[in-house]
Amino acid sequence: MANHPLISYVEEARWRGMSNRQIIEALTSAGWKVYDLTNIFLDHIEIFQEPITPESAENIVTVRNISKIYNKTIKALDNVSLEVKRGNVTALLGPNGAGKTTLVRILATLLTPEHGSARVAGFDVIRNAQELRSVIGLAGQYAAVDEALTGRENLELVGRLYHLSPSLARQRAQELLHQFNLDDAGDRTLKTYSGGMRRRLDLAASLVIRPQILFLDEPTTGLDPRGRFALWHVIRELVKDGTTVLLTTQYMEEADQLAHKIFVMDHGRIIAQGTADELKKQVGGDVLELHIANHEFINEAINLLAPFGSETPRVNEDTNIITMAVTEGASILADVVRELDASDIKINDIVLRRPSLDDVFLTLTGHTAE
Amino acid sequence: MNYTFSDIQVMTKRNLVKFVRVPQLIVFSTIQPVMMLLLFTYVFGGAIKTGVDNYINYLLPGILVQTVLFGAMMTGIGLVDDLSRGMIDRFRSLPMARSAVLAGRTITDLIRNLFTVGLMTVVGLFLGFRIDHGFFNFLAAVALIALFGFAFSWVSAAIGLAVKTPETAQVAGFIWVFPLAFGSSIFVPVESMSSVIRAFAEHNPITYTVNTVRALTLGLPVGNDVWFSLAWIFGIMIVFVPLAINRYRAIS
Repeated sequence: MANHPLISYVEEARWRGMSNRQIIEALTSAGWKVYDLTNIFLDHIEIFQEPITPESAENIVTVRNISKIYNKTIKALDNVSLEVKRGNVTALLGPNGAGKTTLVRILATLLTPEHGSARVAGFDVIRNAQELRSVIGLAGQYAAVDEALTGRENLELVGRLYHLSPSLARQRAQELLHQFNLDDAGDRTLKTYSGGMRRRLDLAASLVIRPQILFLDEPTTGLDPRGRFALWHVIRELVKDGTTVLLTTQYMEEADQLAHKIFVMDHGRIIAQGTADELKKQVGGDVLELHIANHEFINEAINLLAPFGSETPRVNEDTNIITMAVTEGASILADVVRELDASDIKINDIVLRRPSLDDVFLTLTGHTAE
Repeated sequence: MNYTFSDIQVMTKRNLVKFVRVPQLIVFSTIQPVMMLLLFTYVFGGAIKTGVDNYINYLLPGILVQTVLFGAMMTGIGLVDDLSRGMIDRFRSLPMARSAVLAGRTITDLIRNLFTVGLMTVVGLFLGFRIDHGFFNFLAAVALIALFGFAFSWVSAAIGLAVKTPETAQVAGFIWVFPLAFGSSIFVPVESMSSVIRAFAEHNPITYTVNTVRALTLGLPVGNDVWFSLAWIFGIMIVFVPLAINRYRAIS
């Protein structure tokens, strides 16, 4: 931090007798966006937004062997290690109770782990917690915004608590209201806001300082499909502008849509990692899905299918749907249909598809994610 | 440290804005003590022998102390409300001073209590209360009342952070506030109470504080009551300020 090139530049400029205004003008004309110089030597280096270059794609988060134990017995996290690349979207994917939220809360300095260590943006999450807090943004599971305040007041409050000057906090609030399509609602109290608007404001509040990394804990839980699509769009735009995002989700589709890299979690452990495609390859080939017309024939159908699959067929007893991973899908399809026909098993539907992350989760854990 | 005061100021302002925006809060936190004042002045007052000419002059100092005591319960409720809405999570993830959430809340309630005390005094003046024994004596009385309320705000904060849901905080508040309020010299002289209750009432911090405030407004000597009152106030703060801070730190 101390030898950040801009700090030495500002130090030198001050030594040469330049006023803060002159320094800001000089930096602005050199292409930097400058918000506040008053605290440049302290903890406010994030006031400069650096242009994102491909080279800066180093690890912004490093987690080493973290364990978190509740009430001395429940292992919420069990020896977890991972890295998050700068500029990427990384997803922690898993069912409720998998430990995703616990991990994010540790990285956002809200919880301390019993074992292991973690660094975020160069700061140790325990020893340098206070410094770390001034470079991260967190949007939790509930929209943590104040009902009785207006949208603008909420953003200004957060800005002031990040120690921006009053005028700067005002300016950022204005920019964010605009960016999140809340211009018209900015001066209304939150009582008049819809759920989606609250989430957007919550997200805006976590971006007041342009954090080096943004933690989103289940950002779309509780939103309707339209609200979810809208929020995905917002997150994509943020990433385009160079924000690093670490999000948790229990929706396969969400991780698939947004994340460059996915860590699949279950029972406090990371059980798989990779891009969505890499994870899908772990299932191997395609997925054959069969909707049997008559429940009585289910077992017969399974016996018949088993030799074709690369794993044991799975049955949903309620829907009469059999799912099975297959290696050479296209050539098998015809054989399967022929055999079913020969045995007089009627089907409503047969589909051969690329595996979804749901299939991945099932293959990895033996149970579904939701 | 350089931002601590600014953080406390920002938090206090936020809480006060919330308070002003929710008129029900102001109405209910004022109506209740006004009703008590009317009830005791016009219904019970005639039957209570206090040795003071006009019962309102005896009662108002007590009601003022009771008002800040009930007002202090709002501290815990407000904190738990923030906690349950995820606001505390947000605050804890910000680089703000750790003390600012608690300090901002207790200072807000101090300001709110001063406002209610002012309002109650005005109502009292309409009902015949008189500040005849020096305005500075009255200000000293208000200062003691405010300090008393501030100390109990920390008790309320510690309890609120321990119980963690707004409803429980409310109920838990009444459990300790009621015996304290009624087993004291707020409404009646302790000499009229049965011996066990009287022993409790005589050593109750509320009694010492009410007696001091009453002496100041009636122009009587405050005696040792003021020292006992201050000892209680600081004793409570020495115990409950660290307790509340620890509770806040232990939030996870």
